[in-house]
Amino acid sequence: MNVGDLLRQPHLWACGAGEDGIAASSRVRLARNLRGHAFPDWAGEDENLRVWRTLEPVLRALPSMQGSVSAANEAMTDLDRQILVERHLSSREHARKGRGSGIVLRADERLAVMVNEEDHLRMQSLECGLRLHEVWERMEALDREFEERIACAFSPRLGYLTACPTNVGTGLRASVMLHVPGLVLMEEMAPVVNGIQKLGLAVRGLWGEGTEAVGNMFQISNQMTLGAREEDLVGDLDRLVREVIDHERNARARLMRSRETVVRDHVGRALGILGHAHVLTSNETLSHLSALRLGIELGIVERLDRATVDALLLLTQPAHIQRAAGRPLGPRERDEARARLVRERLGEPPRRRRVRKTKA
Amino acid sequence: MKCEICKAQEASVHLTQVMDGEVKKLHMCEDCARKGGINIENPVSISDLLLGLGKEEPVEEAPAAPDRACPVCHLRQADFRKTGRLGCPECYAAFATELAPLLRQMHRRDHHVGRTPGAVPGGVSPAEEAAAVQEALDRAVADERFEEAARLRDRLLALRQRIAAGSPAAPEARP
Repeated sequence: MNVGDLLRQPHLWACGAGEDGIAASSRVRLARNLRGHAFPDWAGEDENLRVWRTLEPVLRALPSMQGSVSAANEAMTDLDRQILVERHLSSREHARKGRGSGIVLRADERLAVMVNEEDHLRMQSLECGLRLHEVWERMEALDREFEERIACAFSPRLGYLTACPTNVGTGLRASVMLHVPGLVLMEEMAPVVNGIQKLGLAVRGLWGEGTEAVGNMFQISNQMTLGAREEDLVGDLDRLVREVIDHERNARARLMRSRETVVRDHVGRALGILGHAHVLTSNETLSHLSALRLGIELGIVERLDRATVDALLLLTQPAHIQRAAGRPLGPRERDEARARLVRERLGEPPRRRRVRKTKA
Repeated sequence: MKCEICKAQEASVHLTQVMDGEVKKLHMCEDCARKGGINIENPVSISDLLLGLGKEEPVEEAPAAPDRACPVCHLRQADFRKTGRLGCPECYAAFATELAPLLRQMHRRDHHVGRTPGAVPGGVSPAEEAAAVQEALDRAVADERFEEAARLRDRLLALRQRIAAGSPAAPEARP
């Protein structure tokens, strides 16, 4: 199995199960560094390469990482690296790095370790739905196994030492991806974002730091990493996310009471465009798929299920589209291929055999 | 979408900020964003900007201290100010005075209360030793000291076997 094979399996997010789909995925990541080595950005390529060569076999041999695949960055094509980013297994920063960086990930994608991103190790545990405690337990087990073999840079006063002081201490960032079209349509997201930030947590877009929220997807995560126990950071986020989910449920109920026709129209138009368009940009697709997902969850659209939409959210991303086509595509070609894929998956089942006119 | 500042180029940097309870969005082209002090390659969160990791860092206004360097990795304070990243674990001790106020602003407390790593038996782990042997091996090969390189290679292979065998057979049982 190699990284390219990941494409053949459904993504973790497309689990289709879980409460009402408001929490799309839960993630915990730990930043760790080796004692006695410069951090990746300051170390030269040779030192990074030695770190990668040391860590790669160690990581693959860990009990938690059985059945893992690994790839050095320079051994992957740009497209493969981009696919890992689109699957949230790697970061944009890591994808840009060359020789000396690499990734080790479990085939089921639940555990992934980026080597030589901002820190020597960025280990992450990922799961669909709201399952922060489960995700943390898996992360902690991996961390414990790793520490039995490699000494991490650690200070009794400051905890785990990281390249950026914003991650020092626990090195832990827990995050939940939320789909909140109800709050956005009711124009109530701004006070919610404000409240979350007042509590010292961060709200970001679909692709993490510095990105805009598209498709009504927001990522909520802890900001502080020093001075709190890991379990408390995870627990605080879990409680807050549950509150936001309640707000979203409430917003959806009020939306259906006060503006049902508007919602039905919004969902219907999205379905119409997705089912019949021949050119679809990435952002347009995300925003219509978001409306469709809402329509399914509210029972407005009955012939489709959430898993179909979640699979499309992933497969319509630029690198996935190009991988499916088997060649690099220009933006326009991508938009056409994307529209074709969406039509195939969402289009009305033909009632009778249609005769399609083709240009001579 | 056009850049809201120069109104000429296509906007590709999107800044979302909450001020006085209102979400404010700014869409900029890369040039205008750079002029505004936003590091596009290593985007920082808004709170990082507020905490002074951005261009307008208040620490910079303090009386100019001599530009000290970390004794281990030689990263200078100016390097840290530029990137917001330290050079090696020892930098935390080297720049303790400068980091203390920053850490207090960023975090809940100024000391760690979470997990601590389990003790590594013997002080040096097999993997660390393997890394050191690998370095020595690379040097030996480069200097064409092939007998020594062969010896080091055997030691490295043995260490790698130990690392692989060191993993327990089964994952820890969980309740």
